[in-house]
Amino acid sequence: MTTTTSATPAPAAPTNKLGFTKQDYVGSKSTLCAGCGHDAITAQLINAAFESNLEGHRVTKYSGIGCSSKTPAYFINQGWGFNSVHGRMPSIATGASLANRTLINIGVSGDGDSMSIGMGQFVHAVRRNVPMIYIIEDNGVYGLTKGQFSATADKGSHLKSGAVNDFPPIDPCTLAIELGCGFVARSFSGNPKQLNAILKAAFAYQGTVVIDVISPCVTFNNHDASTRSYKHVKDHDFPLHDLGFIQYSEVEQVDIPAGETEVVTFPDGSKVAIKAIHEGYEPTDRFGAMKAIHESMAKGEFLTGLLYINPTQPPLPEVLNLVDEPLTTLGEDLLKPSPAELDKIMQALM
Amino acid sequence: MTAALAAPSPVGGAKTRINDFSIQVATVNGSGSQTANTVLLRAIFQMGVFVSGKNLFPSNIAGLPTWFTIRASAQGYVARKASNEMLILMNPETAKEDIAKADPGALVIYDEPLQLDKLRSDLAYTPVPFQKLVTASCPEPKLHKLVKNMIYVGVAARLLGIDMEEVKKAIAKQLKGKTKAIELNQTACMAGYDWAMENLEDQDHIKVVRDDKTQGLIIIDGNEACALGALFAGVTVVGWYPITPASSLVETFIEYAEEYRKDPKTGKSTVAIVQMEDELASAGVVLSAGWAGARSMTSTAGPGISLMSEFIGLGYYVEAPGVFFNVARTGPSTGLPTRTQQSDVELCAKCSHGDTLHVNLYPGNMEECFQFAYDAFDLAERFQTPIFVVTDLDLGMQNWASKPFAYPAKPYDRGKVLNQQQLADMKDWGRYKDVDGDGICYRSLPGTPGGKGSYFTRGSGHNAYAQYSEKPEDYLEVMNRLRKKYETAKAHVPGPVFRNLGSDKGVLAFGSSDPAVVEAQDLLAAQGLKTDYLRLRALPFTAEVDAYVKEKQVVYVVEQNRDGQMANLFRETYPEHATKFKSVLHFDGYAIDAKSIVDQITAFEQK
Ligand SMILES: Cc1ncc(C[n+]2csc(CCOP(=O)(O)OP(=O)(O)O)c2C)c(N)n1
Ligand code: SF4
Ligand SMILES: [Mg+2]
Repeated sequence: MTTTTSATPAPAAPTNKLGFTKQDYVGSKSTLCAGCGHDAITAQLINAAFESNLEGHRVTKYSGIGCSSKTPAYFINQGWGFNSVHGRMPSIATGASLANRTLINIGVSGDGDSMSIGMGQFVHAVRRNVPMIYIIEDNGVYGLTKGQFSATADKGSHLKSGAVNDFPPIDPCTLAIELGCGFVARSFSGNPKQLNAILKAAFAYQGTVVIDVISPCVTFNNHDASTRSYKHVKDHDFPLHDLGFIQYSEVEQVDIPAGETEVVTFPDGSKVAIKAIHEGYEPTDRFGAMKAIHESMAKGEFLTGLLYINPTQPPLPEVLNLVDEPLTTLGEDLLKPSPAELDKIMQALM
Repeated sequence: MTAALAAPSPVGGAKTRINDFSIQVATVNGSGSQTANTVLLRAIFQMGVFVSGKNLFPSNIAGLPTWFTIRASAQGYVARKASNEMLILMNPETAKEDIAKADPGALVIYDEPLQLDKLRSDLAYTPVPFQKLVTASCPEPKLHKLVKNMIYVGVAARLLGIDMEEVKKAIAKQLKGKTKAIELNQTACMAGYDWAMENLEDQDHIKVVRDDKTQGLIIIDGNEACALGALFAGVTVVGWYPITPASSLVETFIEYAEEYRKDPKTGKSTVAIVQMEDELASAGVVLSAGWAGARSMTSTAGPGISLMSEFIGLGYYVEAPGVFFNVARTGPSTGLPTRTQQSDVELCAKCSHGDTLHVNLYPGNMEECFQFAYDAFDLAERFQTPIFVVTDLDLGMQNWASKPFAYPAKPYDRGKVLNQQQLADMKDWGRYKDVDGDGICYRSLPGTPGGKGSYFTRGSGHNAYAQYSEKPEDYLEVMNRLRKKYETAKAHVPGPVFRNLGSDKGVLAFGSSDPAVVEAQDLLAAQGLKTDYLRLRALPFTAEVDAYVKEKQVVYVVEQNRDGQMANLFRETYPEHATKFKSVLHFDGYAIDAKSIVDQITAFEQK
């Protein structure tokens, strides 16, 4: 990491509850195009991690391949990163999260990485409720391979070259809800406040969190005929609600205004306060959420916010009834059966 | 009862083969014949006679022909023998062909209505009225199909001179605790035996005579042996996807884990086992769990390895540990999925794109399946890389007699892992720095507190500090070090075993070919050709292998594939000796037999 030296000592940077500054949550310098939506998401990950008092050493970051998949190198250097192969981030997160269930797992993927080559792994990770935040940095194109359509591109949308997309898009959010995901959100890299609140709530959640973040690719998909350009998304972004996240440690001190605010409590005691903007949207109603998303898509809108929440589902390590401590720390005494036990096994085979 | 039921007298009148014969049983898949065949095998085993069994089954669930061969051998030869002294023909579909292929003089037990006795005059026939016997011995029509096979066990026991007490014991063993089934099967078996006592006279063609060769031995298949090796090695994460012939490895592991992998205090599980959506995901789970510090494994066959190959290259390049069992079957493509072959040698040696070299272990018997499975986890963590344990359907799914396994007392080797304190004390840690000069670097595990040791793992170019780099010198440093690491492995993998009869002619084989090679060596020696046999047990080739190759005038490389894949690896590794390697091949899907080896080596020698 490079730090700039200045003549006058800078005022002490604010610290979080663990005594870390925001600088402690940054990563290496980004190598993405200036203005890339992905960098804005990285910035919110840093902010949210700092504000959520994450223990950096417990953070693991996983990705597949793509511009988006490079970003885990750009945040939380205190954590361990694993940039794997194209479309296979979910299985990487699955294995490590089972090996050590105390880790905080952040997966970053692209729309190509997750909705095309990696669709199988996306579907099954969600279905298993792997404890991880699964962020899809969704620009409707393959950035890294220079701008081909991805499977989230809208039918009829144009490439810079003029090519038209003939196929309907796959929507990661309705898909995730269909698969039983208990935390599904959509946001926009151009709406830092909303993304920040969603990420903080996500850090407190126990199972799979799917966040589809519309993240314009300024180099290949930011032209007027694109439905994933900054301008288009800004014009069509319909936030569902004002989201407030209150960590369990702060629950006592915060007054949640009564009235239109709906409160969802997580198993750890944290709360998400949801103040509806979009009338009648009920984020704990699975079928209602599906309906509302489909209706807005039909109108060409992006409904953003916490689309669906159900914090009660057991994450994978619980389903497998794993011991509480990380499997990585179990000793030979616990793992290796005794000579008498081998003898018993051999006797049964005689 | 018909007059045809006279004593079957062997045609040709050769002298009695005592504890030295093969029986082939032809049945229909899914008819419950597997239990009957295993009982027959076990009963002979309990008579103290060395036996091996090979199930030649089709790739379907029920209704296709299946053959099971049982070989008894006083000398302890357990390879498949191509000729059979007794046939038990229960499958109308194949009976005529089975008769046509029978070796002259064979005893043929068959289902009476098949009327096979007119087909050839050089066989000794025993028609058995199975349906009548079943109806009389089993009150429940529903179960007739299942117990019918037990009747031939009784008939064969009578003809071979097997003690019925041993047969009953074998049934009880096979059907562990299922009282009603045990009784039913024992009754059916006795019905066959009693009928044969009454209606058949002694034959003196083949006989079982009580011996003491199997005292204290176990019967096991290689998948179970590998599963036990993994259990004792303390595997903690398993990601897998079903495929014949590899599934039973994990399935058996799951059964053992139920009993031996619960924390005694909480009853919670000390191993995570997930049936993944495919082999790609299995490989991802294995490598990331290994990366995070767990002992991880998967079990698959060739098609699965093909799918995993991108990930395996990643594992090699980022240096993540994991154990990959490949229980090989007959390829290419779906091939003959229920038949055996050693045709993934090159695939596993160099799995993935780019320059990759992997440590491979080739167990050749049940004890080695257990031990190498155990060792594989040490090697994976020591070398921080995917390790292949390559067996095949013959080792993995067939029944083998074995000495009981020795307790693996050697403590786990968890490799070069730095803890919080060591990381704090270290001045200039780099994930990929070759501190010790052996090509193996020090790693840290995610979750280690203290603010030191985090790093970024990437399948793209990286330098010694795990930073992204496209610099040629950084790339070369990593690639050359990986090569060095592979060299270091030579001193850690199991060396070859020798069976030298004193010759400058070499025979080289690995894995399941071993019993056939041993037998072939004896047959060749009896013909006057002595050979020195090296059984390879691992890649990379160790110093003993180097010396052997240098010293031999010719090396017959015996393997069960078409292209001589192992011979190719040898030619490539020892180009100056390339002309020495002659391929002895067997790849029709059946396990290799001694005669095929003898014939091919003899032909080479006569050139
Ligand atoms: C097996 C494989 N096939 C193809 C590629 C080439 N490739 C690299 S990134 C990518 C698409 C990435 O698109 P997306 O996930 O949307 O990421 P973005 O760059 O748009 O953020 C492709 C096809 C690859 N790396 N691996
Ligand atoms: S090509 Fe597009 S997605 Fe990739 S870094 Fe540039 S702007 Fe971002
Ligand atoms: Mg994209």
